[in-house]
Amino acid sequence: MATLQLRNIVKRFDDTQVIKGVDLDVNDREFVVFVGPSGCGKSTLLRMIAGLESATSGDILIDGQRINEVGPAERGLAMVFQSYALYPHMTVEDNMGFSLKLAGVSKEERRRKVRETAEILQLEPLLDRKPKALSGGQRQRVAIGRAIVRNPSIFLFDEPLSNLDAALRVQMRIELARLHEALDATMIYVTHDQIEAMTMADKIVVLQGGVVEQVGSPMALYHHPRNRFVAGFIGSPKMNFVKVTVAHAGPAGVEVRLPGGVNCEVPVDGDGVAAGTVLELGFRPEHIQLDVGGPLEGCIEVIERLGGLTSLYVRMPEALITVSADGNVEHRVGDTLRFGFAPDCAHLFGSDGLALPSLHRHPLAALNRQDNRAISMAGSQ
Amino acid sequence: MTTAKPKPSLTAEGQASFTRTAPAVATALLSLEFRRLMLTLLGWGVSLLIFFPILWMAMTGFKTEAAAIADPSFLFTPTLDSYSAVQARADYFKYALNSVTVAFGSTLLALLIGIPSAYSMAFLPTRRTKGTLLWMLSTKMLPPVGVLVPIYLLFRTTGLLDTRTGLIIVYTLMNLPIVVWMLYTFFKDLPRDILEAGRMDGASTFQEVVYLLMPLTLPGIASTGLLSVILSWNEAFWSLNLTSSNAAPLTAYIASFSSPEGLFWAKLSAASTMAIAPILVFGWMTQKQMVRGLTFGAVK
Amino acid sequence: MSKTRASGRTVGGLRSLSLQAPAVSLLLLWMLVPLGMTLWFSFQRYNLLMPEMTGFAGLENYEFLFTDPALWRAIGNTLLLVGWVLVITVVGGTLLAVLFQQEFPGRGIARVLAISPFFVMPTVSALVWKNMMMHPDNGVLAWLARVFGASPVDWFSSLPLTSIVIIVAWQWLPFALLILLTAMQSLDDDQVEAARMDGAGPLAVFFYITLPHLKRAISVVIMIEMIFLLTIFAEIYVTTSGGPGLATTNLAYLIYMQSLLDFDVGLGSAGGVVAIILANIVAIFLVRLVARHLEN
Repeated sequence: MATLQLRNIVKRFDDTQVIKGVDLDVNDREFVVFVGPSGCGKSTLLRMIAGLESATSGDILIDGQRINEVGPAERGLAMVFQSYALYPHMTVEDNMGFSLKLAGVSKEERRRKVRETAEILQLEPLLDRKPKALSGGQRQRVAIGRAIVRNPSIFLFDEPLSNLDAALRVQMRIELARLHEALDATMIYVTHDQIEAMTMADKIVVLQGGVVEQVGSPMALYHHPRNRFVAGFIGSPKMNFVKVTVAHAGPAGVEVRLPGGVNCEVPVDGDGVAAGTVLELGFRPEHIQLDVGGPLEGCIEVIERLGGLTSLYVRMPEALITVSADGNVEHRVGDTLRFGFAPDCAHLFGSDGLALPSLHRHPLAALNRQDNRAISMAGSQ
Repeated sequence: MTTAKPKPSLTAEGQASFTRTAPAVATALLSLEFRRLMLTLLGWGVSLLIFFPILWMAMTGFKTEAAAIADPSFLFTPTLDSYSAVQARADYFKYALNSVTVAFGSTLLALLIGIPSAYSMAFLPTRRTKGTLLWMLSTKMLPPVGVLVPIYLLFRTTGLLDTRTGLIIVYTLMNLPIVVWMLYTFFKDLPRDILEAGRMDGASTFQEVVYLLMPLTLPGIASTGLLSVILSWNEAFWSLNLTSSNAAPLTAYIASFSSPEGLFWAKLSAASTMAIAPILVFGWMTQKQMVRGLTFGAVK
Repeated sequence: MSKTRASGRTVGGLRSLSLQAPAVSLLLLWMLVPLGMTLWFSFQRYNLLMPEMTGFAGLENYEFLFTDPALWRAIGNTLLLVGWVLVITVVGGTLLAVLFQQEFPGRGIARVLAISPFFVMPTVSALVWKNMMMHPDNGVLAWLARVFGASPVDWFSSLPLTSIVIIVAWQWLPFALLILLTAMQSLDDDQVEAARMDGAGPLAVFFYITLPHLKRAISVVIMIEMIFLLTIFAEIYVTTSGGPGLATTNLAYLIYMQSLLDFDVGLGSAGGVVAIILANIVAIFLVRLVARHLEN
């Protein structure tokens, strides 16, 4: 049972403010992912929660208790570092048992707890080895094991998978998700990789420049990005953006003029938007349909064939558009492509970067991993 | 950028071309041999040239006084006369014991004071840290003569004159800046994460230093200590001016032979050899360790 | 990012202060107390030979000191000594490091022999050079000169400062070698190989790859050596006693002569103050050199 609240957290290094007032609620047993480009302050935020860095102002509360002045070890947290930070001069067993040793736990008890944890992570055969003799994935597991042994109320992960190769990363991702289920603990996870965020999180916190851009479930962020930054950051390949002019706007929708001269109606609340305003239209590559009668046209510049999918990079008058197409499309570089997109999935962003509110909530936007599980269970019945 | 290697060819032409170039390969090998020979000669020549004064001193100690001032020669009948004469005049072991006590005592003390200081500079830096470190080093640049008189007077009033404790204090302070600086460079190389992980695991500052920092930077701490021992052992100014008989280390022992008996070269050489032998052997044995320590810190 | 920065200013600052306190306060005491006393004495009439002459001297000691040509000579000698020894040890040390980096039979032992002078106490090395190497009649160098039909050089009377430079350089060359060799071992082989592929010969590799790599190590050598060379004393004391005339009197030795040989504590202290100021000027240059090195 552990919740975490951040209240108007500010962090200043000398004269630069790296965290500019962050508020956040983390519920019990939630898997929260901080995601953002490098330098956005996500690691600093995590380190402040860990107690390795002190907040310049604001409150950090665990289970309702303010813990700003409490030392890192007394907060009852455990952290997995990007570099794993294993103690190179200790065996795996000693690494995992170090915190217990410091806490004065007896040798037998220590041994028992370490073995128990090692079993969960399949580390038993490695207990006598030094970190140097382990592979990257094994070190990662030891680092996680060291955290588990402490039986913390909240787990903190600082980009734990970024030093692993792609295949191992996928495997560890799954293992971590499984671990979350098994331990039923609150976890906070920092990454710059939006795929990790999308796949593991109950709740994603998108950070940029020390400010929280949006908090929400993966699907909410995907379907209802609050602003242009989140829209561009979440989803792969990235969302396309095209400058458009408002032809007609109202509470029931906005009609915009695309660069090719075609008009298109987007179901967003355009209350107060004047005709003639320049907005940015955003639509995802996967929401584009190739259509010889489509309203948009461009010349294919680059083709990336991934096998099952093909990415086409299409030159439009004012932008390079990415199109996700079927693996079997027969287009060639230089071909002219005509296409359209689903206006229901499109977004409009004002000059301040904020999205105009969508008229319909996407049905999956409220979904989190717990629900996912419920759905799959219902499906299997 | 790498260029493609020529493909190994198993065709008849390939073999033919290989046989054609065989003589060239032979000359190349020959010149490689030649190069190696020259290198060996040069390397050994230079090192013997540098070592020669020490070798010569050691040899002179085994000569008679007459042979010592005769034309240089490597051929002589060795004698221990000079050694027994020297030992009869002053008890070598008393001085040596003083040197060992003072060198190791001051090193231990400097490490004890230096480790926490270097730890805080490396892991809890403030805006003043760099300035403090440089200021510490700059205290080393003051000529000791400049402050000899006050120190002498202070030592006289506190009864530290001619005591090993007094010398240990002076040497500790003398080596502290270098010790702190070297430790700082070693500590700074230790990934911060590891100490932070320790802090998350509940280690106090003291436990962090003892369980994590010290074992992990042991080579660096060792080489710092070795350097401090060597510098203390060889220090002459303070030992000559602050000791007379009780606490006099080997530098004073040598000095007592230098002026009046400067002409008795064999005896002087015997005494000198005895004075440097312990630290020379110590240096030889630990030089690998010293290099290892330095590699991972200061001069990486 | 900001990971290298201090943690919380108040808590971290306090902790770091308490940990540094012993070292800093001891050094501060070690520096300030004698410094204060030296400063005090430098304004006093204080000659151990004339105990009746006491009292405030004002700037008398400084006036005497600055009008004494010995001071400028001593400063000049100090700088010459430091400068030449640095040049010889850094250049020689680099060349030796390149040499001992190569594989050859017995390299380990040769290397150990070459760094041996560093372990020899200054008094001993000065005595050995004075009596057995550079002695005009019985020294090895004199003998060598005679063998080759040249007239032996009386080192300490005709080339006094050069002789001191040779002795000190001999002592410190191994140190430079040790540090530079260590640094060279950490040079990435890939870099050298890449340069070779780009068509660099051994000389080009040395100047464009090896030397830049050694920059940091060279600055370490310069810094450490400077600290010790500025206060060279034993070598001069044992060999020339500052002479002939003032030819080998450096600042450290000048102060020694004034305060301990002439028993003029006041004048000696004034010299000490000058030496401290000079040391601080050098320290400022040093700070520039090292500060860059401390950055990363």
